[in-house]
Amino acid sequence: MGKMPHWADIVLIPLISLLLAAVLSSLVILAIGENPIAAFKLMVDGALMRSAGWGYTLYYATNFMFTGLAVAVAFHARMFNIGGEGQAMLGGLGVAFACLYIPWPHWSIAILGASTAAALFGAFWALIPAYLQAKRGSHIVITTIMFNFIAAALLNYFLVNVLRPPRSMDPATAKFPEPTHLPSFQDMFSTAENPLFRGAPANVTFFIAVAACFLVWFLIWRTKLGYEIRAFGFSESGAKYAGISPVRITVIAMLISGALAGLMSVNTTMGESERLVLNSTEGAGFIGIAVALMGRSHPFGVFLAAILFGFLYQGGAELALWTDIPRELIVVIQALVILFTGALDNMVRMPLEKLFLALRKGDA
Amino acid sequence: MDFMTLLQLLDTTVRLATPLLLACLAGLYSERAGIFDIGLEGKMLAAAFFSAAFAYSTGSVWLGLLAGIGISLVLSAIHGLASITFRGNQLISGLAITMLAGGMTVLIAQDWFSQGGRTPQLEGAARFNPITLPFAEALRDVPFIGPLYYELISGHPILVYIALALVPITWWVLFRTRFGLRLRAVGENPASVDTAGVSVVTLRYSAVMICGVLCGLAGAYLATALQAGFVKDMTAGRGYIALAALIFAKWRPWYALWATLLFGLFQALELRPDLIESALGVKVQVQLLGALPYILTVVILAGFVGKAIPPRAGGEPYVKER
Repeated sequence: MGKMPHWADIVLIPLISLLLAAVLSSLVILAIGENPIAAFKLMVDGALMRSAGWGYTLYYATNFMFTGLAVAVAFHARMFNIGGEGQAMLGGLGVAFACLYIPWPHWSIAILGASTAAALFGAFWALIPAYLQAKRGSHIVITTIMFNFIAAALLNYFLVNVLRPPRSMDPATAKFPEPTHLPSFQDMFSTAENPLFRGAPANVTFFIAVAACFLVWFLIWRTKLGYEIRAFGFSESGAKYAGISPVRITVIAMLISGALAGLMSVNTTMGESERLVLNSTEGAGFIGIAVALMGRSHPFGVFLAAILFGFLYQGGAELALWTDIPRELIVVIQALVILFTGALDNMVRMPLEKLFLALRKGDA
Repeated sequence: MDFMTLLQLLDTTVRLATPLLLACLAGLYSERAGIFDIGLEGKMLAAAFFSAAFAYSTGSVWLGLLAGIGISLVLSAIHGLASITFRGNQLISGLAITMLAGGMTVLIAQDWFSQGGRTPQLEGAARFNPITLPFAEALRDVPFIGPLYYELISGHPILVYIALALVPITWWVLFRTRFGLRLRAVGENPASVDTAGVSVVTLRYSAVMICGVLCGLAGAYLATALQAGFVKDMTAGRGYIALAALIFAKWRPWYALWATLLFGLFQALELRPDLIESALGVKVQVQLLGALPYILTVVILAGFVGKAIPPRAGGEPYVKER
């Protein structure tokens, strides 16, 4: 049946794509007169060899897990949700409203409330494109791109005109009240004699992200709804024959996707900055696409890819700090990963398939 | 609002609409041939940087323009390779190209000029300077027509006139030539073109390359005519506004002109919010003006006001029957 063994499809192809991206990035580093091996070592040292480095890596990974899962769920229903960025911005607004206007007694209740708000706001922002796709046939990629820009304008309006404290020049909300501050890894794991994760932004939201990975896995592979989503993604006409409503699946898959993207802002807004700022998403919605492609839309793959990109982000920050390599190198690596795992997938796949066919012939 | 203010506003509109128009026409060729291109933004950005960098180092804006078109063609070739040859996902490819351009331009700019991801200011022959059309000075004092001609029609860089000329040319190429008929057919039903013995691959590659040239013009205009040099992320979403305009224009050249002029007007008003306030008597949020092109496009896409129907084979790689 298959031209390749399953493991080659899910492990080998992403690894080769990653390798290609790494080789090209090394060439870029060489071209700007730096040493790629030294740069890589610096990235590993800065991101993985100290607990504070891990604290940053896991903080970024938390964002990418949420946005990666968001893209992955939509992928399963064969939709490309490019609007994670806008949905996360709306999620940020949800978190800000929840934290500023509701007097929470303790962070453990506040995080539940804020997460609910973030998920609802994010899902709401995905609802309109989903409805238009399902009912009016408007292409979801185009509408979600448009909604990213509309979200940016909306966020800008709310921060400048509504939520900004009086006499503040900064387009940001006031600091959230004390009871909503989430415990960071430093608060949780450090002891007086053994300080860990000092100053790092990783916080309790990381565990919610890990739980979300597990829940999405359960949803997609262990529930009726997940089965319907996959069936719809596999063949729309087949799903229709089986009595699965395309409108229902499109809308539900996008609502879940938007909610996951929105949850990202719990980590950035409530966990890190403790107020809503203009650029709280920092492009994580787009990195989610790279993460989902790299992780082959499987929650465990997304988990690993998110940590990889978290490492790249923290490592890239270290590079920008200690060398002349700007942070934008990470954007280039990310673009190459998306290019090779998403668009040029067949370029990697075709020769590999031939190789496996040749090997099999040799056996027979 | 007096006559001169109105003329100034329209003049700004034309200047801001030009890059949108060029990118919109670029997308028109590509999408009419069945290749979605959400990488317009990236190609413009790369072209903006290379045109500014080469114009600065050679002192000639024309060499800069060539460099801009060159890099845009390279990115188009990648898009073609991914979406035509390897039949990959065109949307993902476009996104990757935009990101690649966003990162690479800053990396290279930092390496070459060390000015925080920008090029030095361009001056003199390294820029497209405004050209005064014939009789503009002489007619200036004629009431109404004089200022209209002098302020609005004359005095733009040459790329503005090229962009405007490209509208009828595109219409003619697409609707009055054999190449145009085939190009449109390959976006609607590639199998029929293939049956007629015309190469789908060649047609689609040529459309993608034309798209590259036009994005090159758009990017060069941004960095060497509208502004004097490249700054990080200077396209600022214009590629996506052009994409919106393309849908708004229902993939037609003349509509593309009106759509981009409308969106250009929104951008011009965003710079002068006081004008709307004095004209309409209500205060309009600048954020709303910025988001208006996107909101209008969603409304059009939703089919509540006319229906925008994309080329039928758009986004689908063509697999020859075996």
